[in-house]
Amino acid sequence: MTDVVLRAKECDIYYGSYKAVRDVSIDIPKNKITAFIGPSGCGKSTVLRCFNRLNDLIESFRLKGKMTYHGQDLYAPDVDPVEVRRRIGMVFQKPNPFPKTIYDNIAYGPRISGFKGDMDELVETSLRRAVLWDEVKDKLQESGFSLSGGQQQRLCIARTIAVQPEVVLMDEPCAALDPISTLKIEDLMKELVQNYTIIIVTHNMQQATRVADYTAFYNAQVVEGAGGKVGYLAEFDSTEKIFSDPEQESTRDYVTGRFG
Amino acid sequence: MPSSPPSKRQRTPFEKGLDRLFEGTTMGFALFILLLLLAIGLLILVQAWPAVQRFGLSFLWTSSWNPVEGREVFGVLPMVYGTLVSSAIALLLAVPLGLGTALFLSENFIPLKIRTVLVFMVELLAAIPSVVYGLWGIFVLIPALKWFLGLFGVSFAGPSMLAASLVLAIMILPIITAISRDSLAALPPELRQGSYGLGATRWGTIFRVLIPAAISGIVGGVMLALGRAMGETMAVTMLIGNSNTINPSLLAPSNTISSLLANQFAEAKGIQVASLMYAAFVLVILTLIVNILADWIVRKLQAKY
Amino acid sequence: MTTISGKPDDIFDAGSLKAKKSSSRNLFNIIMTGLAGLCILLALIPLVLVLFYVFVNGANSLNLDLFTQLPPPPGSAGGGISNAIMGTLIVVAISTVISVPIGVLCAIWLSEFGSDDTSIDEYVRFGVNILAGVPSIIAGVFIYGIMVRPGRPGYSALAGGVALAVLMLPTIIRTADEALKIVPQEIRWAALGVGASKYQTVLKVVLPAAIPAILTGVTLAIARAAGETAPLIFTALFSPFRFNGITEPIATLAVLVYNFAILPFRAQQELAWAASLILVLLVLLTSIIARFATRQKTY
Repeated sequence: MTDVVLRAKECDIYYGSYKAVRDVSIDIPKNKITAFIGPSGCGKSTVLRCFNRLNDLIESFRLKGKMTYHGQDLYAPDVDPVEVRRRIGMVFQKPNPFPKTIYDNIAYGPRISGFKGDMDELVETSLRRAVLWDEVKDKLQESGFSLSGGQQQRLCIARTIAVQPEVVLMDEPCAALDPISTLKIEDLMKELVQNYTIIIVTHNMQQATRVADYTAFYNAQVVEGAGGKVGYLAEFDSTEKIFSDPEQESTRDYVTGRFG
Repeated sequence: MPSSPPSKRQRTPFEKGLDRLFEGTTMGFALFILLLLLAIGLLILVQAWPAVQRFGLSFLWTSSWNPVEGREVFGVLPMVYGTLVSSAIALLLAVPLGLGTALFLSENFIPLKIRTVLVFMVELLAAIPSVVYGLWGIFVLIPALKWFLGLFGVSFAGPSMLAASLVLAIMILPIITAISRDSLAALPPELRQGSYGLGATRWGTIFRVLIPAAISGIVGGVMLALGRAMGETMAVTMLIGNSNTINPSLLAPSNTISSLLANQFAEAKGIQVASLMYAAFVLVILTLIVNILADWIVRKLQAKY
Repeated sequence: MTTISGKPDDIFDAGSLKAKKSSSRNLFNIIMTGLAGLCILLALIPLVLVLFYVFVNGANSLNLDLFTQLPPPPGSAGGGISNAIMGTLIVVAISTVISVPIGVLCAIWLSEFGSDDTSIDEYVRFGVNILAGVPSIIAGVFIYGIMVRPGRPGYSALAGGVALAVLMLPTIIRTADEALKIVPQEIRWAALGVGASKYQTVLKVVLPAAIPAILTGVTLAIARAAGETAPLIFTALFSPFRFNGITEPIATLAVLVYNFAILPFRAQQELAWAASLILVLLVLLTSIIARFATRQKTY
């Protein structure tokens, strides 16, 4: 039996009058890695960004349906998106360190959340958990930009876990990285999942099979007359089932590389 | 005779020469700009030379300006004081206002369409001629200040450091706003997302991430505005009262170097012209220092990241 | 469908997600947003006030005489500013004729040849920036020293035009440089690829493509120059008479505003407001035209 951390129920996502995603219902299990896979434009990143209300930054964004976090409606009018984002962190496709020192990059989140404890220790543990400590311990006062792409991405992961969220959303975290850095990040995810719930959006199916406990396959269909595509959740199951014996024809086609 | 295809035709030496001539000509005009700058500096210095010889560096700390024939004494200290103080007050007022405006216009507090209109309006503020601000200052701002200060029983003659500085602040505000807004808008959207993703509030993000990241552009804009304030002439001339003495009261008339030039050049003779040229040279050096400093600050702050 | 089950746990405190309106964090955000809004309000009040007074006072003295009559002698009423309107057009035309060719040719070298060469282009760009930072009155002082001071030809429309040209140069060079740079590299390759020489490529292909953007920059520079006063007061000086040749002193709107604003006579002050209105309308119109012109981009 696994606890449900995040739950989407019959969610439609709109940008202005354009419907980007339709009818997504999904339960995200606690302390597991859930992968979102699917062809481009199927709305997997869009759904991901709804979970920590980052889509609020887009003016025309609108959500219909219900998204809950431990049963609490995330989009209830009295919910503070800032509080949501402190509990549900996010790692982006492109490493995006702040133009600050490595130390200040990690300390940023705790500082704005009013962390009162030993900052040096928190920075060190966060960097250790992101398996970056040994590489940067002698240059904490250097700019975050002085690191390589893979190191920058681990810095961003360390920065996210320094806030000690419960859930970490990862939007194609390895898309901009070389294979060796990618493997390091994947190992890191397997480490982290003992304490965190992770959702990862990925284009790379091998990556999903390597790291994910559960996999959700999103697909897109052409909307008649509207001239656009709408994404939907085609199938959600254990990774093993999705990749070996999926229920849907489209899932089988996708995971065997016939399209997408 | 059948015409030969164009590809068979050889370029004549004349045509080849045209290319070099063209490049040479344009380069000549480019170098002309450098020559022009040099000429401005040199010409002013040469014309100032009689005054430089006569007053030396003490010109800078002499505070009397007496063009009466036979008793001429010229010193530029009161005008340097007026230039620096009026610019400083203008900056003090315009920097917070300009930065606040830039932040408001670079964030999505209001719909984009309204923001575009507001940006355009701030640009217009910069486009209104200086002399129109001066006219407005004389007939609208000074009477308004008189009335307002009168409420507190303060008597106010009108033309003063205060009036000049206020109008100066209005005039440099669009420079600060435009450059700050540009450098904020040039930041990658990932920075903002990264900060929001960590649970930062909007203003937390602005103060801790966006402003530090854009600081080089913002400081550069402020320095540019300072240079503009120091050289601004007409509105200041019409409002500052043109009194060549140092008076610590902001309500008293004062003078700036550029106002001195505007007032006296047309009727100056002999050593007075040289002294005005000397004053102009001081102004050139002051603005040059500010502009080069701006350049240096921008590069130094950028190198940090 | 999946093996996940279980109810939302009770341990989680749902209330902790709630926004607390009174929390210092939210209060701070509301206050800061209010302050920023106040900033833009304060910034725009002067604009509204200046435009309001210029339009009201200027419109009061707007009549046909304004465009046909000469300014009245101090103290008497009536008259117009026809000579100043004419003078502004003449002086600005002189400065445009001087600054546009120099500026555009300089920009052509910067964008088309400069980077092939050594670092001279960096010096030139730096020079353009410094020139842009030179106070406008210094341009007047410079031209006074060359063309006006005792022993030289003296106050003239020509001297005023040259002084304004010095000020227009950096704006024209910058906008022309930008405009030329936006022209896609492929167009140059295409022209060179059919055997055009460099000057043919630049003059017949690149420059025509950049002309609309360059014109926008020139228009803005002209509008700015028309309002400049400081470089004119001791180069073009002023004249109560009609245009009398470009080697004679000439009246301009900007200098007229300055001269008449400080006179204690009502008639002159009204003419100053009328001249201001014309200047402001000129600036407003060109700004709006330039804004719409840049919206329609060729590339």
